[in-house]
Amino acid sequence: MSIVTVQLGQCGNQIGFEVFDALFSDSHCPQKFCSKRENEAYQASCKERFFSEEENGVPVARAVLVDMEPKVINQTLSKAAHSGRWKYGQHSHFCQKQGSGNNWAYGYSVHGPRHEESIMNLIQKEVEKCDSLSGFFIVMSMAGGTGSGLGAFLTQNLQDQYSNSLKMNQIIWPYGTGEVIVQNYNSILTLSHLYRSSDALLVHENDAVHKICAKLMNIKQISFRDINQVLAHQLGSVFQPTYSGEGSFHYRRNPLGDLMEDLVPHPEFKMLGVRNIPQMSENSLAYSTFTWAGLLKHLRQMLISDAKMEEGIDWQVRPPLSGLPTLGKMPLTKEFHFNTSIANLVILRGKDVHSADLGAFKDPALYTSWLEPVTAFNVWKTQRAFSKYEKSAALVSNSQSLVKPLDMIVGKAWNMFASKAYLHQYTKFGIEEEDFLDGFALLEQVIASYRNL
Amino acid sequence: MEEGVVNEILQGPLRDVFDSKQLITDISGSGNNWAVGHKVFGSLYQEQILEKLRKSAEHCDCLQCFFIIHSMGGGTGSGLGTFLLKVLEDEFPEVYRFVTSIYPSGEDDVITSPYNSILAMKELNEHADCVLPIDNQSLFDIISKIELMMNSGKLGTVIKPKSLVTSSAGTSKKRQEKPFDKMNNIVGNLLLNLTSSARFEGSLNMDLNEISMNLVPFPQLHYLVSSLTPLYTLADVNIPPRRLDQMFSDAFSKDHQLIRADPKHSLYLACALMVRGNVQISDLRRNIERLKPSLQFVSWNQEGWKTSLCSVPPVGHTHSLLALANNTCVKPTFIELRERFMRLYKKKAHLHHYLQIEGMEEGCFTEAVSSLSALIQEYNQLDATKSLPVEDIPRLSVAV
Repeated sequence: MSIVTVQLGQCGNQIGFEVFDALFSDSHCPQKFCSKRENEAYQASCKERFFSEEENGVPVARAVLVDMEPKVINQTLSKAAHSGRWKYGQHSHFCQKQGSGNNWAYGYSVHGPRHEESIMNLIQKEVEKCDSLSGFFIVMSMAGGTGSGLGAFLTQNLQDQYSNSLKMNQIIWPYGTGEVIVQNYNSILTLSHLYRSSDALLVHENDAVHKICAKLMNIKQISFRDINQVLAHQLGSVFQPTYSGEGSFHYRRNPLGDLMEDLVPHPEFKMLGVRNIPQMSENSLAYSTFTWAGLLKHLRQMLISDAKMEEGIDWQVRPPLSGLPTLGKMPLTKEFHFNTSIANLVILRGKDVHSADLGAFKDPALYTSWLEPVTAFNVWKTQRAFSKYEKSAALVSNSQSLVKPLDMIVGKAWNMFASKAYLHQYTKFGIEEEDFLDGFALLEQVIASYRNL
Repeated sequence: MEEGVVNEILQGPLRDVFDSKQLITDISGSGNNWAVGHKVFGSLYQEQILEKLRKSAEHCDCLQCFFIIHSMGGGTGSGLGTFLLKVLEDEFPEVYRFVTSIYPSGEDDVITSPYNSILAMKELNEHADCVLPIDNQSLFDIISKIELMMNSGKLGTVIKPKSLVTSSAGTSKKRQEKPFDKMNNIVGNLLLNLTSSARFEGSLNMDLNEISMNLVPFPQLHYLVSSLTPLYTLADVNIPPRRLDQMFSDAFSKDHQLIRADPKHSLYLACALMVRGNVQISDLRRNIERLKPSLQFVSWNQEGWKTSLCSVPPVGHTHSLLALANNTCVKPTFIELRERFMRLYKKKAHLHHYLQIEGMEEGCFTEAVSSLSALIQEYNQLDATKSLPVEDIPRLSVAV
């Protein structure tokens, strides 16, 4: 089954390009540890999901590019075309001459209705190219105007028009110390709208990815390109094919459906985060070897202590002892912010993958009391290694780790809202104070629900 | 409203850049009288101006904003210029109006400049989306600094063969320089950098409508203090490029502002940094972290930064930075302007030149002053919050 990607705004398009590039590179990476037949099955599965065939053999990404100003789309299209390896469809993009001005209200209330038909037509065309549709992957940022506002509008539309297909929104959480001054307003409005219409929100924080670039990849002058490539690597390790079940050697057909089933048991809890291990520069990779035990141990501690990368992990954090009343242990865990999960999905790729022991992830103490680990925890595997990593593990989790960043954004936005700053820019296009209040209320609810796990 | 300046442009090296049909001139000028510019020439030329504007607008696929460039102290720029603001607002309500205004400095030679400026300010308050005030004294100080650097001889400066403005014959001789050329060049560079992200590609683009969106938290507070680093003018002096971080520090020093203001010691409502050249997001973030502690931001906008990265640097440089700040440091300029106005107005000096124009009465003056006073009061209120501790406003509580 195929996934149609919708790339929105500058951020969405820049990232979307890196994602397809990463998927393609991995797909064509020379493999040492699996059979030729295995590799071909992998490649075919990847192709079915993300690329369609063109006449002259160059795969075309299953994507629709949308932006309200032309520069970024032009750049993205030409970068893909120049690579010679894959490209975007000739008519798969939509752009205008004037951007959204970082104004959520403009993206949602003006661009949305104005261009609804054209954009939905493009998406329809892309959907028709698929034999069967698994769902939509929408890449957008929260801070700007197009990705956030138009993205929220389109997701709602997709909900209405394709009610049987799944939608996963890849959201970019902006840097804490502003890229855009009204980013907190835009984020509140985006998140509250998406919570109602999307099936899952996969979140990547710029701050976290930036640290990965600095500490793990050792990049000196980090550019957005570097950040996007790390992000794409993480997404690739989640979305590339894996076996459909324990003992099976066929690749699973419905990645989005399976992701939702495994990770979103309850519609109140939709926020997902990704952790990936190992992640390092290519030079270091040549000198490193890994064991599954080592990788999984780090990954588990990253989850528990809410670390985003394998350096600087706090090993002091421990889950509360299962079975014992939490009274005695509560203060300690509260202090160290133990990260409770609703659901976890571990994805293992590489050599000897079946020998990996995942018992530690099945500890009920990791999970909220109303779910059993047998439902809350899942693992996907493939022997086929990812990119140049002999062994790699990704963890997609629905846990409390996004509560803190969400709380911060809501706090800052609320502060600004109380002074009524910038509101005239939104009311100009029909987003009133009430809409803001609705958004705040919904998100406070989400924060409270996650906190009470 | 007089022919001399426009004719000069038409004979100069840029004559082919301007469409001769899009020029309007009169003979006698406005006599440094805002009322003449606004009321007399306004009504006289309104139709003509509108027609030419419509023509230009039709050539555009998508009209985003108007740049109005004028001085506040004279008659035409100040009077007719602000008259046009209202016309643009009525005719093209969705198009942003960016105004670059040259404020009169302390020792300027037009006696009635305070009157003209205050009358113009009222219009700017009401009809402009965004104003970039600039004053001649600051420009002059910047030029002097550059010349000092040039003449100090320590840096072994060389005048580059490629000037920013070359004559149409393409020779490398410096063309005849007029006294204000260097100062105007700085303002030109300001506008150049402002629009660079809209014209060129970059990893974090910023359009002109984003400037208004991010830097204008309340409609009346739309005055932005600008600073440009590194400094360079017509002669493209080859000052060795200073370290990148120094460029950021300079942008916040009071010597680099294009108006007499000290943003570091006043309150920031918002700040935008537009970087051009080979600068990446990590450089930008590092410098923001570094400079943040020494700057005061208003309590509800502690992280009030808007940033943009454009990959193409300006000609002859590896990188440049334009900082636009919505900061209470504009207040002193306005207060001083009001004082100079009151000194004249109390004596009713030169008032008759204005009152004899049809449509002008003393009410216009008093209204203009109260409009300015209200603005100053807004800034005062903000400044008062500077020293107060940041209050945490109670959040919405929800039932779980």
